[in-house]
Amino acid sequence: MPTNSNDQKPGENEIIQQPGTPITRPFAALGRKAIGWVDNLGAATIFLAKAVLMIFRPKQIPGIIQQVYYIGAKSITIIMLVGFFTGMVLGLQSYHALVKFGAQGALGTLVALSLIRELGPVLTAIMITARAGSAMTAEIGIQRISEQIDALDTMRIDPLRFLISPRIAASIISFPLLTALFDLIGILGGYLSGVVLLGVNAGTYFHRVQSSVEMKDITDGFIKALVFAVIVTTVCCYQGYFTHTRTDSYGAKGVSLSTTSAVVLSCVLILVSDYVVTSFLI
Amino acid sequence: METPLIEFQNVTKRFGSRTILDGVDLEIYEGHITTIIGKSGTGKSVLLKHIIGLLSPEEGTIMFRGKPIDSLKKNEWDTYRNQISYMFQHNALFDSMTVYDNVALPLQQTTNLSKDEIESRVMARIEQTELTEVVYKYPSELSGGMQKRVALSRALVTDPTIVLFDEPTTGQDPIRKNAILAMIAEYQRRLGFTAILISHEIPDVFFISNRILALYDGKIVFQGTADELDSFQHPFKDEVIQSLEGFQEELTGLYSKRHFKVRYQSDLSRKSREETYAVALFTLEDLETIGNNLGHTTAQEIIRALGAYIDKHFGSVGGFSTRHSINEFVTVLPYSDLDEAGRILKDFAKDFQDQGIHSIESVAQDSMDSAESIEFTIFAGLAQGKPFVEMESVIEFAKFRQEEIARFQCELRR
Repeated sequence: MPTNSNDQKPGENEIIQQPGTPITRPFAALGRKAIGWVDNLGAATIFLAKAVLMIFRPKQIPGIIQQVYYIGAKSITIIMLVGFFTGMVLGLQSYHALVKFGAQGALGTLVALSLIRELGPVLTAIMITARAGSAMTAEIGIQRISEQIDALDTMRIDPLRFLISPRIAASIISFPLLTALFDLIGILGGYLSGVVLLGVNAGTYFHRVQSSVEMKDITDGFIKALVFAVIVTTVCCYQGYFTHTRTDSYGAKGVSLSTTSAVVLSCVLILVSDYVVTSFLI
Repeated sequence: METPLIEFQNVTKRFGSRTILDGVDLEIYEGHITTIIGKSGTGKSVLLKHIIGLLSPEEGTIMFRGKPIDSLKKNEWDTYRNQISYMFQHNALFDSMTVYDNVALPLQQTTNLSKDEIESRVMARIEQTELTEVVYKYPSELSGGMQKRVALSRALVTDPTIVLFDEPTTGQDPIRKNAILAMIAEYQRRLGFTAILISHEIPDVFFISNRILALYDGKIVFQGTADELDSFQHPFKDEVIQSLEGFQEELTGLYSKRHFKVRYQSDLSRKSREETYAVALFTLEDLETIGNNLGHTTAQEIIRALGAYIDKHFGSVGGFSTRHSINEFVTVLPYSDLDEAGRILKDFAKDFQDQGIHSIESVAQDSMDSAESIEFTIFAGLAQGKPFVEMESVIEFAKFRQEEIARFQCELRR
């Protein structure tokens, strides 16, 4: 039966001639992947730079406040819950390790420094990625496939200014604040398991927290939170914004794949950048 | 010769290996309503997106007032783009915003108007599109037709000078379709913008269009008026026009223009050269006033009621009718001479005054506020034709002889 050419997707029925020999083809494919990756990195950097510059354009404040509400205020409950149980399990594990050396008095130091330097910024960023980052990708992706972003263009409203800049600004505000909240609640969680349940002296616990934590620990934690804010928001917004350029899937399926990619990539980049930033700060 | 406002010269657009636009040449003139017709999936929306710059051609040039748009300086490009508004086929409304916020968005984001000024402009458009009751609802809570009207309000709220409508009536019932087309025509007259429409509503869209462009196989195969399209001989006409234009006109249930002509020719072919027939032309005056005062939907309901009454009355004596223009109906009485037709028309006028008025009054009064009253008039004219005389000239003569047959003054009775 003859096929109707109108029903064919672009490129369908084309015979693609792979260049090179069977030995060189895997390298060529690897090279194409690498070039694609570098291309994407460059595009994401330009995307971020433009969006950051547009934060300072007029009429941005209401959008930023709205996004602080979505990204920040609405994440408070989950951050408190995760922070509390992280602190509790940290207190529990650390107590049983320290008690072997008779050093259970150092529990406050261990819990506080672990949270403020590492676990607070990293787990907060991962939780916000799961809650707000995925929502950003899905929302922007749906706006892309339903032509809402094209509609902004036709109305002479820059989509980067309207959709991306407020989210980046809101993340820069929200991530450090949520990290601070996570740290605080985590320390209280450590207190509950270490002091209330396992019998460590309360005065010793808080004294060790106070004496061991320096201002540098707190600022380093905040620096990490800011770096994660920029990474998570850029990755999630970028994946949603360019969901229509995916070649592996289209429409709603494309948005779901973009959302998955955004969350996975954000989490990986959080951990990779955590090591890089820590190595610079330490 | 008038310089086109927008001109495509040999514009080609490909997606992968598929050529969508294949050397398109077209002209769009200022102040006109230009309608692009063609089969689904032939690139009409792609063509429209080139005008607004959402897509760029692979080959060819798009000119604005005789100047290629790709050579416009930034400020010229900004000026060009600021004049254009676009109504998307699938509306592209922001589903997390209310109707009010959707309509207000372009004013809030691109102008320095005060909050009060924005509110008054937005509410004016919302009232004109009969959306007052859903102003704080979200698009997902509205019917497809209402969403379409929200998109229409948003497209017009900035008072653009060029408006692109991508299938503005899709998913509407016949009355709403015609109401939206009437609204576009009215705004176009009032605001003077250039309208470019994509539509499948044949023949309804022809009533409001100054020019028709036919896209077929990636090329523009016809540019001209709806009347010129009648005599256009091309496979496009069989494949597109005749498939889209039904047997009956959707709004009124009368013959479509094409089937009216077929019936006319078939009936007259049986007559000798000396036999006569009568043609009546009915005009509902003040349609725009009715639309402004009672809403375009009510205006279309009145048109439908009048059409139904004409069909009922003249159909019973062997006549057949069609909608001739947005507010005119033509009836052919193939077996009547002028005297007999005059008597039939007199009966019609009396019958209409006695009974027909009630159906129209009830439609009108449903849309009236207590303080309102509205007056409109129906004119009719008769002419006699012979088989060898062009029908259009007989209709013209009937128009010339039109006189008032009914006047309605509607006031709300409480």
